[in-house]
Amino acid sequence: MEHIRTPKVENVRMIDRLTRRKSSVGTLYLSSTHTIFVENSEARKETWVLHSLIYNVERLPTNSSGSPLIIRCKNFHVYRLLIPQEKDCLDVLASLTRLSRPERYGELFCFSFNPNLDKELREKAWGFINLKAEFSRMGIPCNLWHVTAANHEYRLCDTYPSELFVPKSASPAVIVGSAKFRSRGRLPVLSYFHRDTSASICRSSQPLTGFSARSSDDEQMLQAIMKSNPVSEFMYVVDTRPKLNAMANRAAGKGYENEDHYTNIKLQFIGIENIHVMRNSQQKLIDVGELAAPSMSDFLWGLENSGWLKHIKAVLDAGVFIAKAVAEDGVSVLVHCSDGWDRTAQACSVASVLLDPYYRTIKGLMVLIEKDWVSFGHKFSHRYAHLDGDPKEVSPVMDQFLECVWQLMQQFPCAFEFNERFLIQLHTHIYSCQNGNFIGNCQKERRDLRLQERTHSLWPHLWENRAEYTNPLYRTDHSQTQGVLKPLTTAYCFKFWKGMYGRAEKSVASHQSPADCLNAVREESQQLEEELSSHQERLVQLKERKISGERKKTNKLSERVQRPIPTESELSSPLDYFTAPRSEKNTPSFTLPLQLAAPHKNGDPDDLSTCSDFESGVADLSSYSSSGGDDTKDPDSDEVVKANA
Amino acid sequence: MEFAELIKTPRVDGVVLHRPFMPTVEGTLCLTGHHLILSSRQDNTEELWLLHANIDSIEKRFVGSLGTIIVKCKDLRVIQLDIPGMEECLNIASSIEALSTLDSVSLMYPFFYRPLFEVIEDGWQLFVPEEAFKDLESMTDEWRLSEVNKDFSVCPSYPSLLTVPKDIDDESLCKAASFRHGGRFPVLSYYHKKNGMVMMRAAQPLTGTNGRRCKEDEKLINATLCAGKRGYIIDTRTIAVAQQAKARGGGFEQEANYPQWRRIHKAIERSNVLQESLIKLVESCNDQSHSMDRWLSKLEASNWQSNVKEILTTACLAAQCIDREGASVLVHGTEGTDSTLQVTSLAQIILDPSCRTIRGFEALIEREWLQAGHPFQQRCAQSAYSNGKPRSEAPVFLLFLDCVWQILRQFPCSFQFNENFLIMLFEHTYASQFSTFLGNSVAERVKLLLSQKTVSLWSWVNRPQELERFLNPLYEPNNLVIWPSVAPQSLQLWEGVFLRWNRSTKCLDEAYQEMVHIIEYNKELQNKVNSLRRQLAQLETEDSPLQTP
Repeated sequence: MEHIRTPKVENVRMIDRLTRRKSSVGTLYLSSTHTIFVENSEARKETWVLHSLIYNVERLPTNSSGSPLIIRCKNFHVYRLLIPQEKDCLDVLASLTRLSRPERYGELFCFSFNPNLDKELREKAWGFINLKAEFSRMGIPCNLWHVTAANHEYRLCDTYPSELFVPKSASPAVIVGSAKFRSRGRLPVLSYFHRDTSASICRSSQPLTGFSARSSDDEQMLQAIMKSNPVSEFMYVVDTRPKLNAMANRAAGKGYENEDHYTNIKLQFIGIENIHVMRNSQQKLIDVGELAAPSMSDFLWGLENSGWLKHIKAVLDAGVFIAKAVAEDGVSVLVHCSDGWDRTAQACSVASVLLDPYYRTIKGLMVLIEKDWVSFGHKFSHRYAHLDGDPKEVSPVMDQFLECVWQLMQQFPCAFEFNERFLIQLHTHIYSCQNGNFIGNCQKERRDLRLQERTHSLWPHLWENRAEYTNPLYRTDHSQTQGVLKPLTTAYCFKFWKGMYGRAEKSVASHQSPADCLNAVREESQQLEEELSSHQERLVQLKERKISGERKKTNKLSERVQRPIPTESELSSPLDYFTAPRSEKNTPSFTLPLQLAAPHKNGDPDDLSTCSDFESGVADLSSYSSSGGDDTKDPDSDEVVKANA
Repeated sequence: MEFAELIKTPRVDGVVLHRPFMPTVEGTLCLTGHHLILSSRQDNTEELWLLHANIDSIEKRFVGSLGTIIVKCKDLRVIQLDIPGMEECLNIASSIEALSTLDSVSLMYPFFYRPLFEVIEDGWQLFVPEEAFKDLESMTDEWRLSEVNKDFSVCPSYPSLLTVPKDIDDESLCKAASFRHGGRFPVLSYYHKKNGMVMMRAAQPLTGTNGRRCKEDEKLINATLCAGKRGYIIDTRTIAVAQQAKARGGGFEQEANYPQWRRIHKAIERSNVLQESLIKLVESCNDQSHSMDRWLSKLEASNWQSNVKEILTTACLAAQCIDREGASVLVHGTEGTDSTLQVTSLAQIILDPSCRTIRGFEALIEREWLQAGHPFQQRCAQSAYSNGKPRSEAPVFLLFLDCVWQILRQFPCSFQFNENFLIMLFEHTYASQFSTFLGNSVAERVKLLLSQKTVSLWSWVNRPQELERFLNPLYEPNNLVIWPSVAPQSLQLWEGVFLRWNRSTKCLDEAYQEMVHIIEYNKELQNKVNSLRRQLAQLETEDSPLQTP
């Protein structure tokens, strides 16, 4: 609490950028974990913002109506506040800046988050995802692959899990030798085994080749991996980096496999850019989403300029290449990048989603994240800025994986058990620090932090609420839920993920969701099924006992599910079509003010929106002003308030 | 028979048909007066039947004696025919070229087509102005049906019956007509039952450079305003374009002469610009080698999505004026036959729930497009692959359908029809066995005797067995005004049309089937439960005398 200077500020205005009339006045509370805004309205609507989800807080210059404060969140929500007193605003700014940047793990929300589970349940919850069970689902161990104790106590590689699966034919000496020849000791180990073809996906970091170095252990290791797939005569080494980057690494004593030294490997570069490029790209994408009233050209140009979809395509292409090699050609693949914890994780997990229908289920995706990301040392705390640290370590690696899955969902609407909401929820939790799952940068660190004793696991919580995350079109016996997915990755197949990046504006949220409709229909069907069987029973009873005189009341079923029927407020325009895009602001749209109109307040005769504002109360150009600073008047007529409510 | 002269080689064997994302078919190619047919003469293989009218352009190539014809269709599909024999290939190519560019309307397929179904409900009689007026009369007595244009002499592009303010006599209408481009004086387009506000449409006023005025025109539109109320004139052109129009005798309403009206200028593009936009868009959609950057920049450069956004925004603005501001609206551009109709028809979809039903939507197209004189035949003579210099071709109606699709996508439960219905309409405007979209005005259609000689699209589409494909399973009628978002991120490329032939739609079709299945199962259960409930109730009442002692 020592960081909170002012725990409560009254008469704060929360501004909706697109429709200023939706702004509401209320009280702002700061707790040690959340900022809470409670509306003064009768409904006392509450908005909770978790401090660990705050990306940054920006104060704009104070104006006559107060001090504006913009809170941007890591899940792309944006809150705009107007605080009456500058001093309060500065206090809130200072508190939030500090609170949103914890310096030690101990300060993280997960250590104070208490869902009231007893110890036994908490332990059980941590066992919900079991990677050993996952490998045995794949058929591992088998006569070709087994578990090695080489990394017991993390002595071989401190960023790997302690249990590693390697080819049976690889001797302990080869394992150790290979680890020595790989960056940070991240030797080639099994990530996914494809039963149908016996081809495998292995992962590692880059080899320490420099310009000429070689390691016979590492060469034998790859040989052993290739041989673990009896029918294949070669294997792919997929270097997910652009070739130029890989070559540059040689100067630092790292690099990539020399095809002359390793027998029967084919090297393939994929060209996924590094974390710094991705960080900048996403920032540009977020900026596009925050543009005030962009024209179509602004938007499409911004989308292109961000390069984001190009990067998403690169990641998906990597997955497609690997999945094709494994499933169609029956060839094993070793995937690496530099350290083998970002691009490698992306490529392996995307390939796994394509290959194995299990990973397209709710539980399966959890398992996949636990395996390819959590256990193999994806640096969650660094990448998602859990602690105040090096901003250069931050990068939306996992965001890209989730988006690849979303893009696949667009092409294969029946193939996934989960829906978009599930992906967005996962995204939020990767950043939120509410649970212990994604804290720290590797398994060893999590063990040292004793997270399983001190925090709660996210997975059972999501599992309990799985009804909310279910795709109504998913059926286990559907053809799309079987076998390998072969997506088209032509540029035009990729879409802007509005559900994720369009969230800066609540008002632009989609109006009706077919999926929600269908879910309601399915739920109704379920109840009808129950009612049907109870009626049938009753009918038999009645017929049998027609004379017996016994009579039971017809089974009244619990309340029927209400289909979501659109309401006026849902369908009401959040937008104002009077407002011209910025680029056209200087072209007067109205040539004359109406005679009936009152004189202009803002003295801009060309600005049609100011005209309509005081006349009707519907149009409001200033709603587009991002400063939100001139919020003095409120000419809402009752009618309009109602219409916009 | 003159077709026979054009067909030099009516039949070629061993032709191979290539279509993207579909298996190749080898078979016999036949040319008839109106169709290109490829049949493998085997069971279970699809035959290709292509209307010559659907062919936008062809290209031919030769490798040795193997000829290849690439056929580009108005529905945007591109197919390839490998034809053995150079002479055959040349003959086929020149025949297709000749048959697909016949100038005379009376040689079009609809005049030869004989339906294989019984016409139960004649589409020609379905949407007559008198019926629409009866509906209006039940709501207001401020309007009358004028016969001033009964011989199409006052305005050749208007229908013979027009709805005008009651207090304006036919003489005034004639004077107002002489003041509007093409004689298109302001007429009623839509009456908003909720608040009695109206939307009218017209062509530009002929003010010219010296600011001509017309008292009758002013009186005509003022007659739609209540005392002390104001109205909006939505000019679909920018102020600059409207100014330029003065030099050619056109112009816009001078504020001094229309003091009760506030004018808003929007920037909907003219038809030749739209045609170029379509050509560019389709070109980039068809190139699968584009990198992401190139694709996005081509998409942006085509301006198609900008056009969608601008049209939709203008329609929303018109709807907002009527519903939210409680004002009447007059919409016009230059000729009043293109952008004007896009705006007035889309505004009605937003405002009026009945336009979101199948019948209502058909009536809307009939009222706001066909009878309102959108020159379909000129606009749809060529599509995205036209090589020649465009004359008056423009995807004006396609853009309207695209905008409807955008609204449908945002409100998937508010429409009785589905995307396939819109795609079907797009196809039939460019090539059809039905004559609904032939001609450029009611006058032309009357002259062609279409209703006697040909079959209406509606006669076919409204048959229950056809309609089934076009019903939206998610439809839940609601009586609300629906306000679409026009933010760029809310508007998407209409893949169903523009990427239709460039990807496999198997998985998406399956998803649609799955959705239908879920909803049908629910209905089935409901029926079963209801019938059981009835049975139970019956049994229990039969029971009761026995129960009561």
